[in-house]
Amino acid sequence: MSPDRPSSPDVLAEPAHPLVRLAGLTHAHGRTPALRGVDLEVGAGTAVAVTGASGSGKSTLLHVAAGLLQPDAGSVQLLGHDLARLDDAERAQLRRRDVGIVLQYGQLVPDLPLLDGVALPLLLDGSALGPARDASRAALAGVGLADAEDAVPAELSGGQAQLAAVARALVAQPHLVLADEPVASLDPAGAALALDLLWGVVARGGALVLVTHDNVLAARCDREVRLAHGGVQHDLDLR
Amino acid sequence: MAIGEVHLALLLSGPRHGYDIKRAHDAWFPAERPLAFGQVYATLGRLVRDGHAEVVGTHSEGGPERTVYAITGSGRERLLTWLDEPAPPAGTTGEEIIRKTVVALHSTTSGADAERVLSAQRAAHLRRMRQLQRRSTEQPGGDVDLAVRLADRHALLHLDADLRWLEEAAEALRAQPPAASTTSTTTTTTPTTTPDDQEPQP
Repeated sequence: MSPDRPSSPDVLAEPAHPLVRLAGLTHAHGRTPALRGVDLEVGAGTAVAVTGASGSGKSTLLHVAAGLLQPDAGSVQLLGHDLARLDDAERAQLRRRDVGIVLQYGQLVPDLPLLDGVALPLLLDGSALGPARDASRAALAGVGLADAEDAVPAELSGGQAQLAAVARALVAQPHLVLADEPVASLDPAGAALALDLLWGVVARGGALVLVTHDNVLAARCDREVRLAHGGVQHDLDLR
Repeated sequence: MAIGEVHLALLLSGPRHGYDIKRAHDAWFPAERPLAFGQVYATLGRLVRDGHAEVVGTHSEGGPERTVYAITGSGRERLLTWLDEPAPPAGTTGEEIIRKTVVALHSTTSGADAERVLSAQRAAHLRRMRQLQRRSTEQPGGDVDLAVRLADRHALLHLDADLRWLEEAAEALRAQPPAASTTSTTTTTTPTTTPDDQEPQP
C-alpha cells in the first residue's frame, strides 16, 4: 500500500515508525513569527508534553501538526502520511480515522445531540448509524456522560463539553491523539477520567501529543518538548 | 548547605572582606535570614583551608583592619560544578533552588549559564514528579496506601510550586539579562563603611 494513501495505515505493526514527524516547521500569524523551524518526532507508545510560556508557539504547533493550519515552511507527517501530499478529503479522512484531536474550546457541532455529535467522525467516515451510535454511547459512558446523550452542546457545562470532546476524539480508536489543554477546564475527577482514557491510546501502542501549561500533567508524559519564542528550548526524556 | 558556594560566587567579581560579603549576601537573598559574621568567617576559613579561596591582604581605610579574600582557580571550578548539579528535587529544597538560580544569574560572566541551570533543574524536577505519579497510578494491583498517596501528592505539588517559580525566573531572565554583578564593588578601592555599616568588633 502506498504510504501516501490515508486508508488504514498499519503503523502499529512497525512501532519504530514515528507516528508524528515534524520537520523544519515555520509559521507566522501575519507578520508575527509563531514557529521558527521546529523538528519533532514522536514514536509509538509515547506521550509527549509540549510546554512553554504563553505565546511560545505551542498551540500553533498543535494546530499545524493537526493540519488545521498550514505551515509556511517545513513538513508534517502523521502516521507516515505527508499532509501536504494529501488532498482535503484525504486529510479529513486521516483525521477522522486515525488522529483524534482535542482543542481547547470543545468545538462540538452546536445543533447535534451529543450521541450524534460524538459519533460524527464515524458517520462522516461512512459508518452505519447503528454501530456509530453504539460506539458513541460507549465513548460517552467512558467519560461519565451516559445520561447526556440527548443534550445539545449549549446545555452542557464547560467541563462536560470538554469531556464530550475527548469522547469524540477517541470514538474511532485513533492511533494518535493531538490535544491542546484537554483537561484545563475539568475538575480533578473529570481530569483523571479523561487522562486515563487518553493514556489508553499510549498503552495500546499509539502516541499522545499534549499541549499543556500544567507541570504535573507534563511530568506524567514520557517526554517534554519545551518551546520558547517558537523554537524548541529543550527536548527532555523523562523516563 | 550551599553557603560555601554562595561565598565563592560573591568573590567572583573581585576580592572582598568578610563584612562586604555579608552585605552582598543579604542583598542577593533578601528573604533569607541575614548572615551572621561568625558564619561568614567560619565559611571563609573553610574555603581557605580547602584551597577554594585565599587571603590576599588587609584593608582598613580608617576603620577596623579587615582581611581581604579572593577566589582561587579551584574555587571557580567548585562553583561551576555546584551550579551544574540540580538541587535534589525533594519538594522541600526551595531555598537551595533559589540560591543556585540567584548565584547563576550573578555569575554569568564566569561561564555559568543561567538558562542551563534552570533547564537542568526543571528536568530533575519533572523526572521526580513523573516517578511520584507513576507510583500512584501504576502500582501493580492499582492499590497504593492512602498515606503514601497523600505524601506523594504533597511532594508533587511542592515540586510544581518550585517549577512555577523557575518558569518565572526563566522568563525574567529572558526579558532582562542581568549585568554580571550588581554588587561588584571592590574592597580595595571603594570605601564601604558608613556609620551604619560598622562591623561589630569581636
